[in-house]
Amino acid sequence: MQESPKYWKGIEELENSPEFAKNAFSEFADFLPVSEKNSSTDATVSPRRDFLKLMGFSLAAATLASCEAPIHKAIPYLNKPEEVDPGIANFYASTYFNGSDYNSVLVKTREGRPIKLEGNPESLITRGGLSARAQASVLSLYDSARLQYFTIKGQQADKDRVDQEIRSKLVATGGKIAIVSPTIISPSTKRAIAEFASRYPTTEHVMYDAQSQSALIQANGGVLPSFDFSKANVIVSLGADFLGTWISPVEHAHQYITNRKVSSDKRTMSRHFQFEPNLSLTGSNADIRVPLKPSEMGQATLALYNEVVGGGAASSFNNAQLKKAAAELKANRGRSLVVAGSNDVAIQTLVAAINQSLGNIGATIDTANPSMVRQGDDTRMIRLVNEMNAGSVGAVIFYHANPVYDHPLAAKVKSGIAKVPLSISFNDRLDETGSLCYYAAPDHHYLESWNDYEPKRGSLSLAQPTISPLFATRQAQDSLLTWAGNPQSYYNFLRANWRSILGGNFQQGWDKAVHDGVAAGSLSPAPLAPVATAVDTNQAISAIARAPKAGGIEFSLYEKVGIGNGFEANNPWLQELPDPISKATWGNYIAVPRDMAVANEWEQGDVLKVTANGTSIELPVLIQPGQAKGSVSIAVGYGRELAGKVGSKVGANAYPLATVRGNALQYSGTATLEKTGAKSPIAQTQTHHTVMDRKPVVQESTLAQYIKNPKEVTEYDKVATPDGLEKPNKVSLWQDYEYKNHHWGMVIDLNSCIGCGACVIGCQVENNIAVVGKQEVINRREMHWLRIDRYYSSDTTKEDFAEKGKLDTYDAMEEPSENPSVIFEPMLCQHCNHAPCETVCPVLATTHSSEGLNQMTYNRCVGTRYCANNCPYKVRRFNWFSYYTNEKFEAVNGHMFTDLGRMVLNPDVTVRARGVMEKCSFCVQRIQLAKLEAKKERRRPVDGEVVTACAQSCPTQAIVFGDLRDPNSRVSQVTRREDGERGFHVLDAINVQPNITYLTKIRNVEPGKKLTV
Amino acid sequence: MNSIRLRTLPHFFLALFLTFASVGRASAQDVGAAPAVSKEGVVPGAAAQAAPAAAAGTTTGDPAAIAAGDALFKGNCAQCHAINEVVVGPALKDVHKRRPISWLIPWIKNSSKMVASGDEYAVKIYNQYQKQQMPSFALTDAEITSIVSYIAAESEKPSQVTAGGATAGNAGQVDGQEAGGAGVGTGAGQYVDLLLIVLVVVLIVLVVTLVIIANIMGDVLKGRKDLDGRDIELLDQKFDFSKIYKSNVVRGLAVGLFVLVVLYESVQGVMAIGLDQGYQPTQPIAFSHKLHAGENQINCAYCHTSVYKSKSANIPSANICMNCHSQIKTESPEIKKIYRAIERKQPIQWVRVHNLPDLAYFNHSQHTQVGGIECQTCHGPIQNMEVVYQYSPLTMGWCINCHREQPLNTKGNGYYDNLVKLHDAANQGAAFTVSSNGGTECSKCHY
Repeated sequence: MQESPKYWKGIEELENSPEFAKNAFSEFADFLPVSEKNSSTDATVSPRRDFLKLMGFSLAAATLASCEAPIHKAIPYLNKPEEVDPGIANFYASTYFNGSDYNSVLVKTREGRPIKLEGNPESLITRGGLSARAQASVLSLYDSARLQYFTIKGQQADKDRVDQEIRSKLVATGGKIAIVSPTIISPSTKRAIAEFASRYPTTEHVMYDAQSQSALIQANGGVLPSFDFSKANVIVSLGADFLGTWISPVEHAHQYITNRKVSSDKRTMSRHFQFEPNLSLTGSNADIRVPLKPSEMGQATLALYNEVVGGGAASSFNNAQLKKAAAELKANRGRSLVVAGSNDVAIQTLVAAINQSLGNIGATIDTANPSMVRQGDDTRMIRLVNEMNAGSVGAVIFYHANPVYDHPLAAKVKSGIAKVPLSISFNDRLDETGSLCYYAAPDHHYLESWNDYEPKRGSLSLAQPTISPLFATRQAQDSLLTWAGNPQSYYNFLRANWRSILGGNFQQGWDKAVHDGVAAGSLSPAPLAPVATAVDTNQAISAIARAPKAGGIEFSLYEKVGIGNGFEANNPWLQELPDPISKATWGNYIAVPRDMAVANEWEQGDVLKVTANGTSIELPVLIQPGQAKGSVSIAVGYGRELAGKVGSKVGANAYPLATVRGNALQYSGTATLEKTGAKSPIAQTQTHHTVMDRKPVVQESTLAQYIKNPKEVTEYDKVATPDGLEKPNKVSLWQDYEYKNHHWGMVIDLNSCIGCGACVIGCQVENNIAVVGKQEVINRREMHWLRIDRYYSSDTTKEDFAEKGKLDTYDAMEEPSENPSVIFEPMLCQHCNHAPCETVCPVLATTHSSEGLNQMTYNRCVGTRYCANNCPYKVRRFNWFSYYTNEKFEAVNGHMFTDLGRMVLNPDVTVRARGVMEKCSFCVQRIQLAKLEAKKERRRPVDGEVVTACAQSCPTQAIVFGDLRDPNSRVSQVTRREDGERGFHVLDAINVQPNITYLTKIRNVEPGKKLTV
Repeated sequence: MNSIRLRTLPHFFLALFLTFASVGRASAQDVGAAPAVSKEGVVPGAAAQAAPAAAAGTTTGDPAAIAAGDALFKGNCAQCHAINEVVVGPALKDVHKRRPISWLIPWIKNSSKMVASGDEYAVKIYNQYQKQQMPSFALTDAEITSIVSYIAAESEKPSQVTAGGATAGNAGQVDGQEAGGAGVGTGAGQYVDLLLIVLVVVLIVLVVTLVIIANIMGDVLKGRKDLDGRDIELLDQKFDFSKIYKSNVVRGLAVGLFVLVVLYESVQGVMAIGLDQGYQPTQPIAFSHKLHAGENQINCAYCHTSVYKSKSANIPSANICMNCHSQIKTESPEIKKIYRAIERKQPIQWVRVHNLPDLAYFNHSQHTQVGGIECQTCHGPIQNMEVVYQYSPLTMGWCINCHREQPLNTKGNGYYDNLVKLHDAANQGAAFTVSSNGGTECSKCHY
């Protein structure tokens, strides 16, 4: 028996408000203004006459225009580089790291310009996966808001003059010279800084992270351990969003899913407990999630410590799930993992002690090959800020650091910079910090630079330039070397540095490392002897016991999967990437639990003033199921002042709400909230494309059920026929297609999909999908071809009907769940074999191909939108505007307006014009290319050669694409294996026969019991 | 004699002539160089495709090897070498007798290395030919062997060789003339215009003269008193044009004709919107395909390097021109333009002749490498074009027609093996065309 929970996509659907009901049944919003200036008389009276006038005019214009065709120039290279052929993409291995997550990437370049990033399968850390942020970073290269030259006091200045002045001032400076940066994992950059420091001995390099992990480092003897989630059978996370934003999400996601994938041969999976205040990406994937207030985190950790290790002070936190978690941890010694996201050293110390006691060190936790991606030290940064204000700092260099924006002591940083005689910024734009600096020596983008990285001790990674510098910038390391008086270029410096590990035939080894993008070996200094932890276990226990009980409403700050710490806030792709949970785009909000909203009479979109820590910000309310009672949460990374056209003034900056407690940054506290009376709509994509209210579109079951009988976890629709109940595809009006050559198909494993959104951005980059901006998202006109539907499910089960009676159960269903479980379902064109869109197109603009693709022909489409109306999956998108010429979209979709921005467009994919429909094409350009390569080599394509952009970028390989005609392809094998077990088609009963098969999600919970609290 | 007739008719004829002339010119413009295209047909195989060398290690004489060597020679060597004449490098007649193949292979692969190694013969050749280095060729031993086989076979054909050699030898001279001719060629349109104007002027003068003569004659006759009645009648005869003018039949015919012509022209005009067949822009450098591809038989892929591997056939970069023109015809004003571009580091801005709309995806390698289509099938007799023009209409109908008729080039291609079997089993005898494999589906070209 499968459980049948009720799914809903948002509070609106659950409540079934009149507005929701109206929207749910219409594909397109009514009466949305297309023309901005609609003075009511004109717009209502004369559209037909206008149309005729326009038609007459355009006919005349077309005739005139056709008299003389414009002259197109064909401009070849003067001296063609040997490896570049126009029309053929080149891939170069490189590395993305901007102070948060590390990704080894392959850069796809066309005619010498990077157009897309793909995961590097050679990397043993990210294993071919790529985060949404890394995917989107290619657009930052062409960001017109980048600083394009050196400046003095914001005015363009000659590079040599800047060098000369800086050098003489550095020599003359009296006080300390500080280099402020986020975490730098490049050994050669560190050596360049050391070179600089040897020339100017008063130099100090201070690293700090916007989302600090210094407590975790302190609690583990000065290193950030590497975690291996693949070896853990029981995972307990105390507020660590390790799949979304914590330390190394792509790596963690791959490990995590390795032990979560099931098949009839492997019916085991890890069990994941999550204790957290806000519903994070990780929490939404957990089997058992317990919401708790930020202030309870310490007591919860203590309680877990007491259960597992024992001997601590009594904890006030008493929770059945925690006890269960502890019991399972104890049963899985050496095969379990406890992680915590807090920056409280006491909590981290206890967590380390728990792991120690469970024997996880050396098994699931590796301290010998620690991760390097967080090295920030809060203490030193706070000390530096005080020193700057005290006037003892002679010079400060900001190396991609923006503390005026993202440090809780921003005000003091600001006043401090004014007191430092020499201030220099390497930042890529005149941002909040850079604009206060006297000199700006902008760094190259990472795709224009040589660099090396050591994300983990023993694992090296290289970055190589994939395009000549677009602007008159200079790599920061070159600037440091120049000022240090070293005439060497950073490239040579880097190579010299690598000689020690490549040995033997250096050039050969170097070429291989550049080609692969990764290499084994370490260039970091030998690890220091473990430093004693800042506090021992007893101190930690007493610190937690002593911690004051928080009163009032608590808040916690978190990073979003897309925007992160705000470094790439000017990237429109990331701004428009829907948050995995709330599906909100363009801005942050206050996520409040439902009962708090009801008690205070707040409605979604009401602007509240949050006051904490002496500062206040105003943000709209979003009612978030799963948010811990008595607490709210706010995303950082928004509210940039000087990010650029796209990212400035989107949302509000929440960093000032963070505090410094005990020399560590704390991202939670108590706040007061008051209603301002204003309203600010939140651009959510959540309820826009509601699937018809029929049989389940998502299916889930429990591991116990799956172990018992895999054939019973999925519910299949049957239709009544004269011969009894049959599968829907036994009865059909239509002729079946015969696929002789290929039959492209896809399998999406709902058990592996963590909802991270990497595929959404991957699809957007590959297919030149327009960004539409906040207002158009509110108007329900976003263009993403691939969306990830997020369903909350209530805990009501079929058994409840028997226990409580039907009426009470239905009543209970209508009560919103405090802590819903969540399913993600990537939804894209299903390429139906009996596609309803094809039969209604009056001009045959959408047709079926002999390879199973549902083709969309833009130049034939006249924009009737019948197809979108007839699509049961709501995956078709209409171009309401000319997003590349309409000035309304110039700010958000700027990359389609300028020659600079257009360099990112995929030249193999048409930029769609106004008035045509578009949708997922299964990346037909990639299919055609792979087929052509095979034909040229006179063979059949090999499975794995034809990959869509979404499947390529998925860090958990939840999406498998291939040829269903090839019996040995992975997609055929999985489809065959899972047929009758987990494989199902969405809305099977309507018999459109999609080419996408979904696999039922399996939860590792006990069947029929409510495990959530 | 007939003064009135003489007075009116010339005007009529003149008007008629002018009308026809202008219509003629207009239609010439419409269809562009359509008459010039003259459907002279395709010369398949004129640009030989680089076939894999079938020759073995050292032997020669195998016709397959010679054929392969022929293609390779034209693709790689013919720019600088001829069999009987010195071009840039030495004449290659009997080279296999002069040097052993074991010497030739390393020499062709990397001549500078051999010169540097101090090989006596290599140094001698190098000095003899103005210390001009032969570029290195990434050919396999078998390919080089087949080239040498070809040279050996060519060396043994004395009579034909001299003729061929003469043309090759005269290449420089011909080149000069052709360059001049090319200049005239580009001005050919103007020349025709001028001729036309002169003709019209002559005609007008003729007509005016005739009218004057007729008038004078009439006046003279009228002054004479000795004319009889018949003569006077003849002299005073007036043709009543108003009768024709007022005739309904004539009016109807004229109007009908007019409407038909206008309709036809406008339908043609509308159909031709965006159609550029015959488009022949003047290029910044008067490059002649006739000379390079036609007379000198340079393989298309020598300059259009990526035509067999990429979507784009690649307009050659200046460094490819320099492979030969660092030596050949360095004084030509047209070639000096290339030098200037290189010195100024400003790429040459050619005018694009073939423009597909952005919504259509076309891949050269799909058609050349996989489909085995000759360049001329779409580009026309490019080897005869002094200035390149658009030979094919490049309309969707034109594409689709070919896809419907053209059998797939499935031979020896493992991709198609099973498809061919399936097709043959299902359709006895029908050709396995591009469209029967889905080649006319929308998303094959539109995405």
